Amino acid sequence: MSAPAELDPKQAHLVSEWKHDRPMNACRIDPQGRYVFGGSEDAVVSRFQLDDGTRTVLAEGHDTWVRALAFSKDGTHAISGACDGKITWWETAAETPTPVRSVAAHKGWVRSMDANPDGTLIATGGNDNMVRIWNALDGSLMQELSGHQGHIYSVAFHPQGGFLLSGDLMGVVKQWDVATGKEVRTFDAKPLHTHNGGQGVDYGGVRALSVSPDGKWLAAGGLHEATNPFAGVNKPLVLLFDWETQEVAQKHVTDGVERGVAWRLVWLADGTLVGVSSGSNEGMLLFWKPDAASDFHRFKLPSNARDMDLHPDGLQVATAHHDQHVRITRLAAKA
Amino acid sequence: MTIRYACNSSEHGMARRSFLGTMAAAGTGAITGGLGAFARSAVSEQLIREQKRIVIWDMHGGLSQLESWDPKPGTDTGGPFRSIPTSVPGIGICELLPRTAQQMHHLCLVRGVNTSEDDHGKGRYKVLTGRPQTPAANNPEIGAVAAKALMPEDYALPGHILITPGGGGGRSNDAAYLGPKYASVQLGNGKPPENTVLPDTITVESDAARQDFRRHLNERFLSRRRTAVTDAYGYSYEQALQLMQHRDVFDVSKEPAKDHERYGKHDLGRHALLARRMLEMGTPVVKLSHSNYDTHHENFNFHIEQLGELDRAFSCFVEDLADRGMLESTLIIMFSEFGRTPRINTRYGRDHWSHAWSVLMAGCRMPRGATYGKTNDNGTEVIEGQVDHANLFHTYLQAVGVDSTASFDIEGREVPLADPSSHPIEEILA
Repeated sequence: MSAPAELDPKQAHLVSEWKHDRPMNACRIDPQGRYVFGGSEDAVVSRFQLDDGTRTVLAEGHDTWVRALAFSKDGTHAISGACDGKITWWETAAETPTPVRSVAAHKGWVRSMDANPDGTLIATGGNDNMVRIWNALDGSLMQELSGHQGHIYSVAFHPQGGFLLSGDLMGVVKQWDVATGKEVRTFDAKPLHTHNGGQGVDYGGVRALSVSPDGKWLAAGGLHEATNPFAGVNKPLVLLFDWETQEVAQKHVTDGVERGVAWRLVWLADGTLVGVSSGSNEGMLLFWKPDAASDFHRFKLPSNARDMDLHPDGLQVATAHHDQHVRITRLAAKA
Repeated sequence: MTIRYACNSSEHGMARRSFLGTMAAAGTGAITGGLGAFARSAVSEQLIREQKRIVIWDMHGGLSQLESWDPKPGTDTGGPFRSIPTSVPGIGICELLPRTAQQMHHLCLVRGVNTSEDDHGKGRYKVLTGRPQTPAANNPEIGAVAAKALMPEDYALPGHILITPGGGGGRSNDAAYLGPKYASVQLGNGKPPENTVLPDTITVESDAARQDFRRHLNERFLSRRRTAVTDAYGYSYEQALQLMQHRDVFDVSKEPAKDHERYGKHDLGRHALLARRMLEMGTPVVKLSHSNYDTHHENFNFHIEQLGELDRAFSCFVEDLADRGMLESTLIIMFSEFGRTPRINTRYGRDHWSHAWSVLMAGCRMPRGATYGKTNDNGTEVIEGQVDHANLFHTYLQAVGVDSTASFDIEGREVPLADPSSHPIEEILA
C-alpha cells in the first residue's frame, strides 16, 4: 500500500474525542473505517461512530474488564476479549449489537488479540501462558500453542499470514507456523523484562508486537530501565529485530518520557513505526524510522494512553485513554 | 541498661495484676516447652492442642483488600477480578485466592479495619504495636509481647522467629522495653540463624571446656550482682549453644518432598513450610513476611503474581494446621500496614489506604468461617463494625488467652500490654 500524500506525522493533531463512563483499556477501528470500538474498566464494549461520535454500549458479553479487540477481515464481526477469559463475537454494524457467541478462551485474562490478514483466524494470548487460534467465523478452536513460561502479553500475525508472533512477560517472543501450530523460532526480547528481587516481581514484558508490511522488521515494544516497578519508574523501549537474522538492529529509546510503556506499535505506509505510550500524566504518540534510535517526532495526548489503532485510510489514529475518552488524531496538516 | 526485677524471681516482668488471663484459668502447666518439645515424636497431642502459638503473615507494602478479602466486582473501584464463592456459603473472596477460598470455613475476616495512617512506617508501627508512634515511647511489637506471654521461662531456643524473604540473621529490635530475650531472631530467606556452626578450629571438647569456664565465672559474678541484664547475657550464651545443637530445627529440607511441592517451589512456599515446622516444634511466635504489595503501578498484574504464591502456600498452611489439630492452639493473623485505595489510578495502580481494609485471623478463639465488619458497596468506607489497630492488638492477645488489659512491670512502672483506652473485639472472641 502506498503512503497517502497527506501523511505527515509532524503535523499530527487531534480531531475528535468521545467519552465513555469508565477509563478505556483498548481500542480498534473496524476494517471499513466506520467505527472505533473500545474496551474499558467495566464489562461492556463501547462503539463510537467515526463520522459523528455516536456511542453505543454493547452489554452482556463479559463479566469484567475488556482488554482486547479484533475484527473479522470483512468487518462484519467484532470480537472482544476480557479479564473473564472469554472472547465474544458481536455484529459490528447492528443497531445495538448483542453477543453472537462467547467462548471460554483462556483461564485468566485474555490480554491480546489479532486477526490474520485474510480475516479467517483470530489469535488470542492469555494469563494461562497459552496462545490459541480460533476460526473467526464460527469460534471453533484451530490451534493451541504452548511453550511460553509467562503470561502472554501480545500476539500479532505476520502480514503474509503464515506466521504468528507471541510475546510474554519474560521477554520471550515465539514465532509459530499457523498451519501446523509448530514453534518455528524464538526472538530474545529480554531487555523488555525486569526481575526486581527486592519487590519480588517480574515486570515489563512484550506488550506490543508488529511486523513491518514489507516483512523486513519485527518491532517488540514495552519498557526498560525499571528501577522501581511498583512506582512505574521506567521508560518505553522498542526493539527492532531484523526478521531474517533475528539480530536487534535498533533499540528505539524515548528520552524524556518518564513512566512510559509502549502499549502498541503499528507501521505507517511510509515505513514509519508509531508507538503509543503512557506517561506521568499524559499520553504520547512516538514516531521512529528504522535507521535512528530516537524518535523523530512525538505528539502529546491529553491523558494517559493505553492502546492505539490505525484507520484503514492510513491517516487517522485512535487512542484509548484513562480519562474515559477515545481520541482521534490525524497524521496530516489541518484542513 | 539495668532492668530491676520487681519481685526478684524468675516470674519477673509480671505486673501486680494477673498477666495471664484465660491461660491462667487453663493452668500455667499448659505452657510447656524446653528442649523436650523439639523432639517431634515426644510432643503429645495434648501439648499440641494446648500450647498457644501465634503465627503472623505480614504482607509487606499493603495487600489490596479489594484483590483479596473484600472484593467489590462490577463497581467503579472493583478492578478486573471477580468474587468467587468459598467453602462458607455467602462469603466471597477474590478469584485470585481459589485455594484459600476452600479453607474459608477455618477463617475469620475482619472487613471493617480503619487505622487512619497511610504512611508505611507509621502504619506498620500502629499495626504491629497497637499504638500510634510517638517520640515519647517505643513499644514492643505483637510478636514480642506474645513471646513474653507464651514462652516458657525455661525455653532454650528463640521463642520469636522472623522469617524474611532476604536479609541475614541476628536479633531484631522489635521487643523495645521487653528486652532482647523476646526480640525476634531473623531467619533471612529461611536460613538457620547466623554463626551457629562451630568453627573447624575448635573441637567439641575444647568448646565444652570453655563454656564450663564461662559458666563458672558467671555464677561467681551473679552470686553478688545479678540483674536482668546479666541474666539476658547468660541466656544469650546458653541459647546460642542450644541453637548450635539443634540447628536442624531450622532445616526445612527435612520436611517431606511432597509438602515442598504442595506449598510451592518458591520462597514463600518454603518459608510457610518452615513456619509450620517451627510451630510444630513448639515455637510460640513465628512471623513470616511476603514482599511486596506496594503496587502504586499495575496493581492487578502484581497481585496476580504475589497472590499466586500466597494462595498456594497459605491454603496448604491452614489446611495442615487444621488437619493436625493445631488451629485450636494456634492463632493465624494476616495483615499489612494498610490496604490500598479503592480508586484505581491512571497507571492501573492503587495507592495507600488505611480507612477501610481487612485483616484475617484464624484459630484459637476466632470464629470459624465468619466475617466481621462491612464496607460500603465500592469499599470506600466502613459502614459496620469498624475496628482499629488497638482493637486488633487486644484481640490477638485475648485470642490466645492473654489478658490484654494486664500490664508489664518495667522498672517498677506498670506498662499496659495494649492500649488501655481500647478493647478487644468481643463479638468475635469465642
